[in-house]
Amino acid sequence: MTALAARPRLAPLTEESVFIGRSLRHSLRNVEGLVMAVVLPVTLMLLFTYVFGGALDPSGGYVDFVVPGIILLCAGFGASSTAVSVNQDMTRGIIDRFRTMPIRAGAVLTGHVVASLARNLLATAVVVGVGVAVGFRPSAGPLAWLAVVGLVALWILAITALFAAIGLAAGSPDTASGYGFILLFLPYLSSAFVPIATMPGWLQPIAEHLPVTPLIDAIRALLLGGSPDGWDIVWSLVWCVGIIAVAAVWGAWLFRRRAARR
Amino acid sequence: MEMIRMRGIRKAFRGTAVLAGLDLAVETGEIFALLGPNGAGKTTTVGILATLMRPDAGQASIAGHDVVRAPREVRRRIAFTGQAAAVDELLTGEENLRMLGRLSGLRPAAARRRAGELAERFGLGDAAGRRTGTYSGGMRRRLDLALSLVFPAPVLFLDEPTTGLDPRSRRELWTSIRALADDGTTVLLTTQYLEEADVLADRLAVLDRGAIVAEGTPAELKSRHGADATLDDVFLALTAESDSPSAARIGAGA
Repeated sequence: MTALAARPRLAPLTEESVFIGRSLRHSLRNVEGLVMAVVLPVTLMLLFTYVFGGALDPSGGYVDFVVPGIILLCAGFGASSTAVSVNQDMTRGIIDRFRTMPIRAGAVLTGHVVASLARNLLATAVVVGVGVAVGFRPSAGPLAWLAVVGLVALWILAITALFAAIGLAAGSPDTASGYGFILLFLPYLSSAFVPIATMPGWLQPIAEHLPVTPLIDAIRALLLGGSPDGWDIVWSLVWCVGIIAVAAVWGAWLFRRRAARR
Repeated sequence: MEMIRMRGIRKAFRGTAVLAGLDLAVETGEIFALLGPNGAGKTTTVGILATLMRPDAGQASIAGHDVVRAPREVRRRIAFTGQAAAVDELLTGEENLRMLGRLSGLRPAAARRRAGELAERFGLGDAAGRRTGTYSGGMRRRLDLALSLVFPAPVLFLDEPTTGLDPRSRRELWTSIRALADDGTTVLLTTQYLEEADVLADRLAVLDRGAIVAEGTPAELKSRHGADATLDDVFLALTAESDSPSAARIGAGA
């Protein structure tokens, strides 16, 4: 009989690389999630461009107006499956296996967030491509495009972090998915689809102060070759970083509480 | 040498005491079975030792490392298979095993080799390449156990490892567990099957309402209840006052 050794220490970032790989595989295999992330936003874009577009803007330029909103909508749809994935991990026993190992179990969440970022940047690219196919004509230069990608990535991270926290808070995958849907309606109350000035007076301040509004205005200005309002950029950054910070603190608290409860 | 040690462990959930001052000691290389009706506190005991739950009072340690003060040192020395089969359903069996290998410090090539060995040993065969969401309950359970063995930890916790397995798989699992103990692994398992404790355990403890009501080798416990006593007799005598309807079921399961 030999004395068995303790587990070796892991090389730095082993957990992150393993869990990111795991979540990326999940993304590729979760067909429902992929469809949700690409087909739904594309369908909405076609709907808004062809069905409502004529009434909203008879000149046919509505597609240029709506694409930035669709991009943010797309990020929301794609990130929402993170809530379900996180909740499944927490409720199906696999987290207990990770928690009994000398690893940073919280890296499971990092994996889900990074996979969501990759998944949604890809979905966004597809959506923009379809947009161009139906007449969207961005006139942004390379720097403006870089700024757009940066803002979109930051928004994806923010909303994913929020969905991950919702996944931790929800009692079951079904409720996680249900709570998530509420967030997906936010862009409709912003400047994504119609100018805020056309909304009823009581709704305008709400729409103006939703986090998606400065983001959409900034992205729209950048894509259409104009120079964005500096405040839109500032508010976009403040909102995204704020949401990430709140979601991270809330998520860390929920993660510990779930562990202690059992 | 004492590998697992518990002294005066108490734990309550929402005011209801689950463990009422539990003492336990398991020697290195021993297979120790915790037997008891549902709700006796078996899972809570394992959960505290495996660092999943914090005790309200008392001390518990693995290889001398305190589960509350040094959970990381404890986790370096244990492997855990809970009641819920903790497998990733979107990954294949092989990918599950490889993931655990990587998380146990194996390089990718070594993790791949180890995954192949374990898939072979646990009769997963061709199924190793399929997503575990398509597995039968028995296969899932076997993979679950294989995942706990990717790293040969000094201490192995098994919470009802054979529940839901057919008799043949159960016997195969017993052989595997016995082989592990022969190699020096200390095994603490909970079971509802008296036969399992009888065949497998070096020593066992009967847990009832959060306290140990009997402890010893299967032979010792039986001899205390008469020459021809079976473990069923022991169990039913010890937990007779328990109004838990599961006591009857446990007897039937043996």
